[in-house]
Amino acid sequence: MKVRVFVSLKNGVLDPQGRAIHHAIEGLGIHGVQDVRAGKMIELEVDASVTDAQLEEMASKLLTNTVIENYRIERVQP
Amino acid sequence: MSFRSAVITFPGSNCDRDMADALEKVSGTAPHRVWHGDAALPDGLDFIALPGGFSYGDYLRSGAMAARSPIMQAVIAAANRGVPVLGVCNGFQVLTEAGLLPGALMRNAGIRFVCREVKLKVENAQSLFTAGYSARQEIVIPVAHHDGNYFADAETLDRLEGEGRVAFRYAEQVNGSARDIAGVLNAAGNVLGMMPHPERVIEPAQGGTDGRALFESAVRGLVAA
Repeated sequence: MKVRVFVSLKNGVLDPQGRAIHHAIEGLGIHGVQDVRAGKMIELEVDASVTDAQLEEMASKLLTNTVIENYRIERVQP
Repeated sequence: MSFRSAVITFPGSNCDRDMADALEKVSGTAPHRVWHGDAALPDGLDFIALPGGFSYGDYLRSGAMAARSPIMQAVIAAANRGVPVLGVCNGFQVLTEAGLLPGALMRNAGIRFVCREVKLKVENAQSLFTAGYSARQEIVIPVAHHDGNYFADAETLDRLEGEGRVAFRYAEQVNGSARDIAGVLNAAGNVLGMMPHPERVIEPAQGGTDGRALFESAVRGLVAA
């Protein structure tokens, strides 16, 4: 089974990368984009035996730094 | 009495030799060199250093993988027993990722890698690592990092300042760090993390000597204790 963990910066945490992307979008001549926040998505292929609690543990102890990041876990239906 | 220290090398560390050289020149005794995959530290250590570099290629987050490597369990246990631990640059990132220091080090606000000498102010000149400086002394130490932008929530920052745990502050704009924090101590005062590289300025041939007092403070404090 495929599991996706979406990692994003917490609100209020400055995102210089997002700001640079925003600037580059404006460089494309496209207007109307209010804000850009960059994050990452980590995709895991897991056995059905892997529990939600274990996914939470992976996400909170390793995949994110909870001082600055939030995460959302999504089990992808095959 | 000899000074027993250890320098930990992770895959991708690149300041470990400079760190070992600084410790040997200041203390007179060569440090143990410890590999990240080792399960245990040498017995009776007086000092542990986590060097700069790009451990694990900065994969996931700077310092994230190294903080979970086998030797770090032993480093965390030693730190909790009171053994002095210094983390410089990537070593600082590892210490925050390992939970030994609060906060996190994020991408520099200016996005670019910053590699130059910077002016620092010594904020706490009474710690094990900084007793050889005077309070408010201005020193020049080089930085070389991409992720040095110190972040912590306002409550944590207030606590760090209130408890005298800000060891060094930038005296100029460098990377967007909250309250210009360049180095922080843990609550017990035996763990210091800092982005600037004191091991790169310990003798005149390196172009400066302002980092030497940090190592001298630790060696003197421990040998006297």
